[in-house]
Amino acid sequence: MAEVILKNIKKSYGDVQVIKGVDLHIKDKEFCIFVGPSGCGKSTLLRMIAGLEEITSGELHIGGTQVNDLSPADRGISMVFQSYALYPHMSVRENMGFSLKLAKQPAEEIKRKVDEAARILKLDPLLDRKPAELSGGQRQRVAIGRAIVRNPKVFLFDEPLSNLDAALRVQMRIEIARMHHDFDATMIYVTHDQVEAMTMADKIVVLQGGVIEQVGSPLDLYHHPVNKFVAGFMGSPNMNFLESTIKQVEDECVTVGLPGGGTVSVPVKREQASVGDKVTLGVRPEHLLEGGGGDGEVSGKVLVVERLGGGTLVYASLEDGQSISAQIDGNSSIKVDDTIKLGLRNETCHVFTADGLALPQIDRHPLADVGRGSGH
Amino acid sequence: MATPASTAAANSAVKTKNTRKVDTRPFLWPSVIVLFLWMIVPLAMTLYYSVINYNLLDPSFTGFAGLENYKFLLEDPSLWTSMWNTLVLVGSVLIISVVVGALLAVLYNARFPGRNIARLLVIAPFFVMPTVSALIWKNMMLHPVNGFVAWLQSALGMVPTDWFSQYPMLSIILIVSWQWVPFAFLILLTAIQSLDSEQQEAARIDGAGPVAMFFYIVLPHLQRSISVVIMIESIFLLAIFAEIYVTTSGGPGLATTNLSYLIYSVGLLQFDVGYASAGGVIAVILANIVAIFLIRTVSRNMQKA
Repeated sequence: MAEVILKNIKKSYGDVQVIKGVDLHIKDKEFCIFVGPSGCGKSTLLRMIAGLEEITSGELHIGGTQVNDLSPADRGISMVFQSYALYPHMSVRENMGFSLKLAKQPAEEIKRKVDEAARILKLDPLLDRKPAELSGGQRQRVAIGRAIVRNPKVFLFDEPLSNLDAALRVQMRIEIARMHHDFDATMIYVTHDQVEAMTMADKIVVLQGGVIEQVGSPLDLYHHPVNKFVAGFMGSPNMNFLESTIKQVEDECVTVGLPGGGTVSVPVKREQASVGDKVTLGVRPEHLLEGGGGDGEVSGKVLVVERLGGGTLVYASLEDGQSISAQIDGNSSIKVDDTIKLGLRNETCHVFTADGLALPQIDRHPLADVGRGSGH
Repeated sequence: MATPASTAAANSAVKTKNTRKVDTRPFLWPSVIVLFLWMIVPLAMTLYYSVINYNLLDPSFTGFAGLENYKFLLEDPSLWTSMWNTLVLVGSVLIISVVVGALLAVLYNARFPGRNIARLLVIAPFFVMPTVSALIWKNMMLHPVNGFVAWLQSALGMVPTDWFSQYPMLSIILIVSWQWVPFAFLILLTAIQSLDSEQQEAARIDGAGPVAMFFYIVLPHLQRSISVVIMIESIFLLAIFAEIYVTTSGGPGLATTNLSYLIYSVGLLQFDVGYASAGGVIAVILANIVAIFLIRTVSRNMQKA
């Protein structure tokens, strides 16, 4: 019912184009997250959907209606802001009921809706307080309550958790995910935190420089990044990139050299690649095998060891001077200045050509195209 | 060179090893004493003059008068007229400057080409001396023969109005408002600029149009600044003098005589110093009554926000 469709959306401020043509289809009841580094245009895109920024060109449809020229209030959306943007002179009840009051709804109707939203968000005891008398988490909840009361077709979140401390952030993350499940509403969420994106989204949209780099499920982006930017942005710790050259090319397998003289044969389509091309080999730290083995091997000198308990992060310098990080067993006794051998498994390797594009993998990861909930 | 007070303070600091326990009051005394003298000497002299017979036109008539001056004053209908005029003047100018100032502040907060120059022009009247602005209004704007308004009226086929004789109080209010709107505008504009833009955007999404935005979001945000404007303006408006002196000289009759003009006319036109001093004391009392109420409301507003 409430699909959001963006058709070639562009935004310019004078001569500066900040959104350079975005096409996107957000399905009904989908939790869609825009993620990207600061200045990538993700907030601008959200504000254009909200109607707070004018759309320079392109079409925006919400729930089957073109809304380009509708005011924010008429688009059937509600928005939760980073600073919560509560009205400081109004009580929690008045804050939550403000939109209904402006819509001239009867007082008892407003009271009923506010009470209901307050019950869902456990705000009942706070209804008569002013925002200044609330903690950060409570304010966040009131802001969400204010959004719920309007009963919108689409919820918009603009970095709603970035003002909260780490513990509260995890808690609110779970609550918002829960809320999405309970309300069955379409949600669009902006964040620069890829962990938030990975944990909550049905669909992640990775933006950079005003263009979409990739759209997909969290595991799709994790296992099958289409380019070096997405590969480096998603996943923590960051993917390792090793400079290399192609040694051998077959139809469904490209063999690249490894620092120290070894090779690894990666099951990817060859596309335009040919022997001798400069490429970048990408492999995630958590996919490296301590002690070697696998389908290829590198070794290096350990520079830093970070023990996290459950896992150990090792930063090492390879034989040709390139650096690599690996996430290995938490009980590993490895020390600084030790020599470490790391094994690569061919299906977890990525090959990026000189222009940053990934050579497509032959096998899709089994979970890459699976949604999170039973309903999706 | 150390004063006894500062050496004592230094000693105690050494003894307690805690500089926070230094008695700082002695350091305040010089300025407190100067300020106290500044206030108390004129006040004491006024009080003294108000209870003696002291008329410059009749040096032989001297001696203690008791409350005679006050009695005459309180029985004088011109006192009550001038008090009423003072309240009308202060009240009207306050309302006009806050309302117009707030509207201008909202208007000039919007983006348009040449905004900075336009803002400067709005603020400009505040920098014109009261006597000069009164003369401009008297001779160039409201003059029945040479004035711009008279020209406008005759251009429209109307009979030019002699503002200062037909609507004297209105004319004074006009002049004083013209001077004080910029002040309100300046304070309220800075307040509006500090309004959180996300709050306004949230209100837009909640469905607030420009009018609802002004009354539900902007005005509550301005509450504190408005009380500051009212307090500061009241202090100055209670003592309006130059504009009246230059234009109407309190007339016609007593139509534009406020308290400060009354005191001037009694003291320096009728040369009755004792009588004028009694008027001064009453003005001080009146100002203090207003101040008590104002400061109370303002401080309550300040705490609330």
